Amino acid sequence: MLQLILQSIGYIRPETALVFTLLSAIVADLVFKRKAIVAGIVLGGFAAVAYYVVDEIGVNLSIFSNMLAVDPFAVYFKFVVVTASIIIVLFSLSSNEVLSSTRRIGEYYALLVAMTTGMFFMVGASNLLMMYLSLELTSISSYLLAGFTKEAPDSAEASLKYVIYGALSSGFMLYGISIIYGLTGSLDLYSINQVLTQGGAGRLALLFGGVLAIAGFGYKISAVPFHFWTPDVYEGAPVTITAFLSVASKAAGFAMLMRFLKVGFADLTVATLPAGLWATVKGFELTNVLIIIAVLTMTLGNLVAIWQDNVKRLLAYSSIAHAGYMLLGLVVLGNDGYAATMIYFVVYLFMNLGAFYVVMLVANKTGSEDIQAYKGLGSRSPLLAVAMAIFLVSLTGLPPTAGFIGKLYLFAALIRAKLIWLAIVGVLNSVISLYYYVRIFRNMFLRDSEGSAEPLTFDAMSIVVLLVLLVPTLALGLYFGPLVTFAQNSVAMFGVR
Amino acid sequence: MSFTILNVGILTWMTFLPIVGMVVVLLLPKTNKGAMRWTALAVTVFQVVLAGLIYANFNRGMTGINSAETMQFKELFSWIDIKSVAWFGRIHIDYFVGIDGISAPMVLLTALISFVAVIASWNIEKAVKGYFALFLLLDTGMMGVFVALDFFLFYVFWEVMLLPMYFLIGVWGGPRREYAAIKFFIYTLFGSVLMLLALLALYFSVTVVDPATGEKLHTFNMLAMMNPANFEPGSILSGLNTYWRYVAYIALFIGFAIKVPLFPFHTWLPDAHVEAPTAISVILAGVLLKMGTYGLMRVAFPIFPDAAMYYLYPLAFIGFINIVYGALCAMAQKDFKKLIAYSSISHMGIVILGMTAMNTQGMMGAVFQMFNHGTITAMLFLIVGVIYDRSHTRGLDDFGGLMNQMPKYSAIMVIAFFAALGLPGLSGFISEAFSFLGAFQTFRWLAVASTLGIILTAAYMLWTLQRVFLGTLPDKWKELPDINGRELVALVPLAIIVIILGIYPAPMLNMMNASANYLVDFVRGGGGLTLLGK
Repeated sequence: MLQLILQSIGYIRPETALVFTLLSAIVADLVFKRKAIVAGIVLGGFAAVAYYVVDEIGVNLSIFSNMLAVDPFAVYFKFVVVTASIIIVLFSLSSNEVLSSTRRIGEYYALLVAMTTGMFFMVGASNLLMMYLSLELTSISSYLLAGFTKEAPDSAEASLKYVIYGALSSGFMLYGISIIYGLTGSLDLYSINQVLTQGGAGRLALLFGGVLAIAGFGYKISAVPFHFWTPDVYEGAPVTITAFLSVASKAAGFAMLMRFLKVGFADLTVATLPAGLWATVKGFELTNVLIIIAVLTMTLGNLVAIWQDNVKRLLAYSSIAHAGYMLLGLVVLGNDGYAATMIYFVVYLFMNLGAFYVVMLVANKTGSEDIQAYKGLGSRSPLLAVAMAIFLVSLTGLPPTAGFIGKLYLFAALIRAKLIWLAIVGVLNSVISLYYYVRIFRNMFLRDSEGSAEPLTFDAMSIVVLLVLLVPTLALGLYFGPLVTFAQNSVAMFGVR
Repeated sequence: MSFTILNVGILTWMTFLPIVGMVVVLLLPKTNKGAMRWTALAVTVFQVVLAGLIYANFNRGMTGINSAETMQFKELFSWIDIKSVAWFGRIHIDYFVGIDGISAPMVLLTALISFVAVIASWNIEKAVKGYFALFLLLDTGMMGVFVALDFFLFYVFWEVMLLPMYFLIGVWGGPRREYAAIKFFIYTLFGSVLMLLALLALYFSVTVVDPATGEKLHTFNMLAMMNPANFEPGSILSGLNTYWRYVAYIALFIGFAIKVPLFPFHTWLPDAHVEAPTAISVILAGVLLKMGTYGLMRVAFPIFPDAAMYYLYPLAFIGFINIVYGALCAMAQKDFKKLIAYSSISHMGIVILGMTAMNTQGMMGAVFQMFNHGTITAMLFLIVGVIYDRSHTRGLDDFGGLMNQMPKYSAIMVIAFFAALGLPGLSGFISEAFSFLGAFQTFRWLAVASTLGIILTAAYMLWTLQRVFLGTLPDKWKELPDINGRELVALVPLAIIVIILGIYPAPMLNMMNASANYLVDFVRGGGGLTLLGK
């Protein structure tokens, strides 16, 4: 046993590095007056983490007696999470909201690292208890971060709402887990799968447990009807945290859900299906539930977004809609669907963070997140407006941007699985989404600024960060081969074909 | 045959030169408006020169349509190649361009109209840099659609046009520009996402053998999609006359019909045309509408010949509605520009009627009508632009007696008006005659009923002529200057083409003859089943 643990420790280097970064950030916060040092330490720590993640490429193992999987799938999502984390630190360096609370800025970075640690465990967890614990680690850090600017009343409200919904859904999830445990006698996904494929569980109880567990995941990925916290939290939290929640925490939630469904509840022994497709275990026909959730999530997200005047809130609803699109990849029950969702995440990482970054820069200068503040942005800051336009075009899913490739793969998976009507609902949703993204275009380019029309200028650092997000958003639309290959090779989870 | 300049194919030059121009425009200092205009002009003049080269070197005997061998000026490079994994085949997308007798006239038209539109844009003063950058991006998108032979590439170009068009209408347009621009954007996107699904369904249904490795792979190659033998048995679109083939055809059809625009998808057009600045109206009417009918000919008909034949009559009927309904609406207009917009709907109906006739005359009439409508309607919009620039009104009843006040202008106008109403001796007559001749053989009564549209067209055109150019000149227009040199540069080349092709249409007809003929045989034969000897 000890031997096993010692061996396993060699495979949690990225997580270990994260914990060390967390501790150093806390110590540095106490020692140094200059808080930029903390940011520097965190950035360095993340760089080291990324290095160790690169080291894990090609590993396909289960460690700590099936508690955690270190497999290509986990590594892929670790990349997504760590990239998002690094970008968020860069965001924070120029965020007025964050910088204004100088005294607590050390805590901010420490919590960011803690959250990242939780996500790293989430993407690898292959034991229900491990899943729950890592989810909680992430959640608790994010509750605190959502309320970080506690001076702002809506930030406090956001945080409180987040805690209450979070607690409720954790309760659901735990209840679901306990039912599954009662039915199968195990918390380990692999053993659960073994019991279930042999048909050793009651149908109704299993369905009940499964739905409850999915409620917990649904909360994390803000799928309808577990999304109620999202708009308020996204609006109230600092932009940096909103952006982080909308990408990284969603990615981790998806990774966990995908592993839960495939490792735990897919019957991979059905030989009649074409390569790369699988069936759910008997008694767990959740496909229809997922379809309903996906359709509701994207449609509701898109429809409600039309009425929003706060751009941050608008992007919150848009991110709900995007969760809906990404759920489409899970409905297919196949590797191509999973790969499509994974491709979408990388694309989404750049375009969504990009859009939030522009929101932050505009808010820094104008002090407003309202859509009115974007009037005349096209002439006040052409670079920013054009960048925003490209991010929004990409979010709509038009070529030649990366967003198109993301949608292309999702719809391709649906068409291949002959879920044509679902694909039609999906594309019609992107038409709806165009309408509210265009509202931002309209304000940026078609209308003149009402207040000051002075040009907005930004420091070199901001422009570099903007380009770091902009270039992949365009480049991945024209040349997406490497990304697709990487995603397709990363679908593999430990222990399942 | 191929043709290269500096080792780059002529069609690639055609397509991507505007992008180069766009970069130049973006790099120019903001104040140097002249340089931006001249850059755009240089790009489009170069395109016209290339178009001349294409015209001179085009082999009129080669059919194209479904065979890569008889496509001309073709270029084929691997663009994206993703190796297969155990559960997902290799993805291969080519940069594949080439033209045949259907697309060559459209390429010439696009080059010509872009040039004319730059001239017409000369007096744009608001945000010149943005205007010409977007204009050139639009140019690339249009050219790309007409040369692409890979469906993925086609789709990318098709979508690339949307955003520039949105801004060109939305920023530089008239009072209701915001509404018109978003309406255009939403309508077209709605159509194109359905096209995307059809594209994906085709992709998963068609396989070809890669000559290099011998492995079977799915393809976006349009020409491969036209061969029924390439459809994988059991795939969603395999077989003939199946439910899903009809659904896919209709999805493609809606995508293209919105662009044409066909009744009942036409409502975006009057708004967009009226609000767009003159040059953009010219582009819209001159080139963009043709993409719809071109798409039907290039994509929908040859890939789904079974569905095309099955829905032939309903499509012809929609063409008939377009002709008559468009003409009736035009007749009711008080706004000069809106009148031209509705006349476009009517004239595009003739294209549909011609192509659904599914015989050589009809198909040639349709392609020729696309070209002629491009030139004639471009002239009409320019004519409206000229008068609007001077008087800032487009109300038909605000004018009268301009004939004496602006004689040179009126001379040009007479050519355009009579060409539009199909006077023999001008190009519009020939293409309309061919279309109706073809349609008469296939749908006798529909063709007869559609000729009502011709009478209506004559009526509203002559009525407009009378209201604007004849009668007494209102006092307020006594100072109206005649057409100036710049405007003549835009209008005269078009007028010359309209006259020449009206008297001697052979240069154009010869170009499209072989392909049109072959396309008809191909579709009638159920996707080349007869040609394959099956």
